[in-house]
Amino acid sequence: MPSAQELKQRIEAAIPGASVAVEDLTGGGDHFRAVVVSHEFAGRSRLEQHRMVYDVFGEEVGGPIHALSITTQTGREP
Amino acid sequence: MTEETSPIRDAIQKAIDDHEVILFMKGTPDAPACGFSARTVGALQALGAPFAAVDVLPDPRIRQELSAISSWPTIPQLFVGGELVGGCDIVTEMYETGELAQALGVDAPDAAPADPPAAEAPDPSPMGIENRLN
Repeated sequence: MPSAQELKQRIEAAIPGASVAVEDLTGGGDHFRAVVVSHEFAGRSRLEQHRMVYDVFGEEVGGPIHALSITTQTGREP
Repeated sequence: MTEETSPIRDAIQKAIDDHEVILFMKGTPDAPACGFSARTVGALQALGAPFAAVDVLPDPRIRQELSAISSWPTIPQLFVGGELVGGCDIVTEMYETGELAQALGVDAPDAAPADPPAAEAPDPSPMGIENRLN
């Protein structure tokens, strides 16, 4: 069962420089909310930004990760 | 079954092409089966925008084929003019910023509430795509 901490680490590893907060919405390890801030989002549409986060987990979203609510923000270049 | 000859995928693509605004959701607009779908329906209804709706629950292949078309893993999915707009998070954000009204070509409410109201009784009948696939 994935944990909020595991999701946070995987997003941070996949999107360089990302600042990530992940919350387990139900405590059940399957409904999560992620807030991701990264300069990598600059110049990309919201759709593309969310896809970048979903892509970290591939088919796990909809599987073990039943729901992943995403908020993305463009941060400044480090 | 190959990807090229999937009748379900063809039917989904045709539904996307044939409807200016179409929402793929869990349940129906008057009986959403998931909080994310309910919230998305609520945003559309708050703007008074007519939309077609497809329930993905009756056949798991609808969701599989839809995600293959859209490269988007979750439900709901809103399409406008044949293009994926996004899921619940994006639609909600766009509702709050007024972008959704703009995308739908309707007047934005003077003061959009922070959260879309709960889903009300639906305007259009949901399109029963599953019935056309049998």
